[in-house]
Amino acid sequence: MQALVELRGVEFAFGRFGRALSNVNLRVEAGEFVAIAGPNGGGKTTLLRIILGLLRPDKGQALLFGEPAHRVLAQGRVAYLPQRARVGMAAPITVRELVASGRASRERWLGPTSRHGRELVHQSVVEVGLRDVIDRPVAQLSGGMQQRAFLARMLAAEPELLALDEPTTGVDADSQERLADLLAGLQQRHRVTILYISHEFGAVERHVHRLVLVRGGIAFDGPISQLPQLWHDPSHAHGRELLG
Amino acid sequence: MLLDLFPEFLRWPVLTALVVGAAAPAIGFFLVERQMSVVGDAIGHTAFAGVALAHLLGLNPVATAVAVSVLAAAAVETLRTRNRAAGDRLLALLLYTGLALGMVLASVARAVNAGLFAFLFGSILTVDGPRFAVVGCLAGIVLGALALLYRRLLAVTIDDEAARAAGLPVLRVNLVLATLAALTVSLAMQAVGLLLIAALMVVPVLTSNLFAWSVRSSLLLAMGLGLVASLGGLTIAYFANLPPGGTTVLTAVALYGLALLFQGLLRRG
Repeated sequence: MQALVELRGVEFAFGRFGRALSNVNLRVEAGEFVAIAGPNGGGKTTLLRIILGLLRPDKGQALLFGEPAHRVLAQGRVAYLPQRARVGMAAPITVRELVASGRASRERWLGPTSRHGRELVHQSVVEVGLRDVIDRPVAQLSGGMQQRAFLARMLAAEPELLALDEPTTGVDADSQERLADLLAGLQQRHRVTILYISHEFGAVERHVHRLVLVRGGIAFDGPISQLPQLWHDPSHAHGRELLG
Repeated sequence: MLLDLFPEFLRWPVLTALVVGAAAPAIGFFLVERQMSVVGDAIGHTAFAGVALAHLLGLNPVATAVAVSVLAAAAVETLRTRNRAAGDRLLALLLYTGLALGMVLASVARAVNAGLFAFLFGSILTVDGPRFAVVGCLAGIVLGALALLYRRLLAVTIDDEAARAAGLPVLRVNLVLATLAALTVSLAMQAVGLLLIAALMVVPVLTSNLFAWSVRSSLLLAMGLGLVASLGGLTIAYFANLPPGGTTVLTAVALYGLALLFQGLLRRG
């Protein structure tokens, strides 16, 4: 069966000496919820960007939906929440405008958003619990609410793959719980595939099917239950080393 | 009708002020929001080199300015997309090179005269029907392209990496934005001049952001403020016998100052 993500012998370096990843082999099936963890500088974000086709490997192959990942970019099947996502604008963008921007590649060039698009935007905002603030500027919301607005933008794009890079950085514990439940619900209802990078998995741990530990390569790939010592006991020497 | 308020000979300048006043902040909005405010200045200085080159080679100054500035803007945008950190340095380099090249070329062409200064500081009062037709066409292209690209430009402005992952052709969208900025500079150079056009692209956007409640309202408010500044500047220039380019930009800055003051009063109240 064709995997949704497949990396074969991937190598990547930043410049001549900055080797980031070597000999990475990874397979992710459709509908999986995969957590990617590892120490800072271990190559988690680089791995995710290679998977999405935003970076091209120096060696090896990165396939997404069975095609070279960089070619899939133009198809709009992926929604990506980069690390420290924030609205990089001085203009007061509303939740509705932010979420609607997720549909930019799906809508026609001219004219108002399609009826289907408007419904999806509204539905996505409701799904993340922001209906009451839909016309409020995003900058006026708390960190947790902003993250949910970004998540709604991803949902409005009707993606097959959700990729989130450290989505809970700077977000309180309650919001982390809520985000984790939201993602789990989405994964179950829509069978969407989720790649989730973080170094604080507390909230999502119970929903994740698989854990991939990255440290210049794949240090571990399997169900969390197979690695109880590493995952649950940070004092464990090998775990400390892997998780940084 | 608005035009009836002005003497016959001012009708083409007034129409030009209206068109430029709306188009410049519309394109400037996306430059400011992407923290590329200096792009208008850099392209303006390159267009000056284009005007000087036209004098040297006996070409049409507006057409040559359009061609040179579009090429320069596209080159900078391509390099900036590949190396974001170099963007600021590239723009500074383009700005200084454009001005220096323009001065040298104008000197070689023995064109350092009132005609050249008209491009640098604007000469809106000399705009006639045929010249307005060119400005109007360029503005139509700019505003039409912005309407067509609005959704995609906004997505790229919010987060270009997420936009790329979502399937948007980010480099092509950026190239079109740079080209539209170059066209805007060329269409506005006769109204406010190449040295001041960037101000009309940027200042109304800064003002609108103080009061806007959404992206759409910010863009439309900026265009409205651009119209007020252009028309107000032209009116002041006419009655006080001052250079219209300068009064237009000073009106835009005064509106910004008033908006800041009003905002301060609102916060205290």
